[in-house]
Amino acid sequence: MYRYDEFDHDFVQARVAEFSDQVKRRLAGEITEDQFRPLRLMNGVYLQLHAYMLRIAVPYGTLNSRQLRMLAHIARKYDKGYGHFTTRQNLQFHWPALADVPAILADLASVEMHCIQTSGNCIRNVTADHFAGAAADEVADPRPYAEILRQWSSVHPEFSYLPRKFKIAVTGAERDRAAIQAHDIGLHLKKNAAGELGFAVYVGGGLGRTPMVAKKIRDFLPEAELLSYCTAILRVYNLYGRRDNKYKARIKILVHETGVEEIARQIEAEWQELKDTELKLPEADIRAINAYFAPPALSARPEGDALVKQARLDSKSFSEWLDQNVVTHRHPDYAAVTISLKGIGEVPGDVTDSQMEAVADIAEKYAFDELRVSHEQNLILPHVARADLKAVYDALVEIGLATANSNLISDIISCPGLDYCSLATARSIPVAQEISRRFASLERQREIGELKLKISGCINACGHHHVGHIGILGVEKKGTELYQVTLGGSADENTSIGEIIGRGFSSEEITDAIEQIVDTYLGLRLRPDERFIDAYRRVGPAPFKEALYAGETKAA
Amino acid sequence: MKVLTANRLSDGIAVWYADGGWAETVGHADIAYDKAAEDRLEAIGAAAAANNEVLDVNVIDVTIVDGLVQPVRLREKIRAAGPTIHPDLGKQASPQAARAA
Repeated sequence: MYRYDEFDHDFVQARVAEFSDQVKRRLAGEITEDQFRPLRLMNGVYLQLHAYMLRIAVPYGTLNSRQLRMLAHIARKYDKGYGHFTTRQNLQFHWPALADVPAILADLASVEMHCIQTSGNCIRNVTADHFAGAAADEVADPRPYAEILRQWSSVHPEFSYLPRKFKIAVTGAERDRAAIQAHDIGLHLKKNAAGELGFAVYVGGGLGRTPMVAKKIRDFLPEAELLSYCTAILRVYNLYGRRDNKYKARIKILVHETGVEEIARQIEAEWQELKDTELKLPEADIRAINAYFAPPALSARPEGDALVKQARLDSKSFSEWLDQNVVTHRHPDYAAVTISLKGIGEVPGDVTDSQMEAVADIAEKYAFDELRVSHEQNLILPHVARADLKAVYDALVEIGLATANSNLISDIISCPGLDYCSLATARSIPVAQEISRRFASLERQREIGELKLKISGCINACGHHHVGHIGILGVEKKGTELYQVTLGGSADENTSIGEIIGRGFSSEEITDAIEQIVDTYLGLRLRPDERFIDAYRRVGPAPFKEALYAGETKAA
Repeated sequence: MKVLTANRLSDGIAVWYADGGWAETVGHADIAYDKAAEDRLEAIGAAAAANNEVLDVNVIDVTIVDGLVQPVRLREKIRAAGPTIHPDLGKQASPQAARAA
């Protein structure tokens, strides 16, 4: 686990004091909203429909039980008893009073947490594979590099006023679980033929109103050059990124308008000036930060196999949960567990204060005190002995968090939408809830197989709809909510942007339309293990269009 | 028909201008029936924002339903009631407000 040092402590304390003073002056009327707004945003305070919203950074999605308990405490004391995990692996509270924010920040600082750079045109929370450090297919843990990037980007004077926000993701495995190609910079940690660590570097991915898949501009960047190369990218972006139009200000637009070859040339030229400077990471520093992330001492627990085998026979529901929510660990006696925050009909990503406390207890007792937040809005216990899986499952059942739907159609990413967000044009959570209820049968979900469904309540695409196998975008048309459907998106190592399938659907029609799409897929797949995305890539949109709109064409 | 709405500075709670002050429910908000009245509401809102009482001031379309003011747009209806997914939260959580919303 990362060690929060004296520098971090002093820095965060100073920021809490500074922002507390700013809040006090704002409440006293000494500074105007125009003056205060950029200050509050730099500290994660937004204004939404019903109240302020506070976004708390969870660096690379890594939490411990003490921190989760503090989030539960804040939810209970200052908010309305729940929090919402986001696609940036962060947590949002939807109801804090501005007057309480200084106290909340002080509480967060007591467990080494803060809200710095969770908003604004700066480098946001660096995200990573939620199975980092545990995944069997990982080359190396990506989090030390995410931490190096966090240290470098925190209040970086050159990169605090970028043309627009900037998001970086890191994965350490060939199978991309961190959606790196949907990021401004995506880093794939890998080894070269000589066994040295480095990165494939992708630039210019992003969603929003102009979705783009990132372009690979370097196949192998030595790990020591991480900061020099990222600085070169940011410098080119900061210099040439558009500031005249916020909708064209992300680096994806610069990459698109400049062309990949030319932007790569500019970055390379900038890097030549930087690569042998103090930005080159000393080997000792990399290893020191790696040491902070040393995995827990996993003792042999070979009794797990027999225990799991017996428990499977005893409980069908445990067996289903094991199949769906438990993945292979690099240590054969251990597993990584997904705690689904997608109970049937529940709000995706929401968790109550008492659930947070119970999960913290489970993590402490069975998972070496480690937790992760996934960008898919679930919680992860990265290291659980197989021998303890049944006990973990039973504890999750007690708090209603044992839904066995990881990667299935009801494991929906959804933004808060018009139920909370002042930017939203339509509700997204009720759509997620209705689809989840329609496909409530686990047997049916498993029959359908892996299906990533993602919903956004506006074109800003916080719900990642462009990269959903099935994506839903809610818009407002003639005063009512209308839902556009995209098919064929994907956020893995074969990232693709979904295609709009046809006219949108009303809130009454959308669940039926999704069901029709799923039934069409089931009817045309070649084998039960041909996933929705693979079948769609094979057959294209035509059969789905036919199923959804054929009647209309004939009628017309 | 329009009313004046904003969010209260101290806690961000949605409020509507009524009877010379800011009410936590929309039902009895002061209504502007013509452009001159709308301009007056806008001036009141600008002054309240300048006086650091509220922020995000807007004049919104409304109708009257059962004698109570009701916003026209879904966004404003949700602001006036609370999240549709949480009937236990927001204005709708209190019976008086639920009627007004």
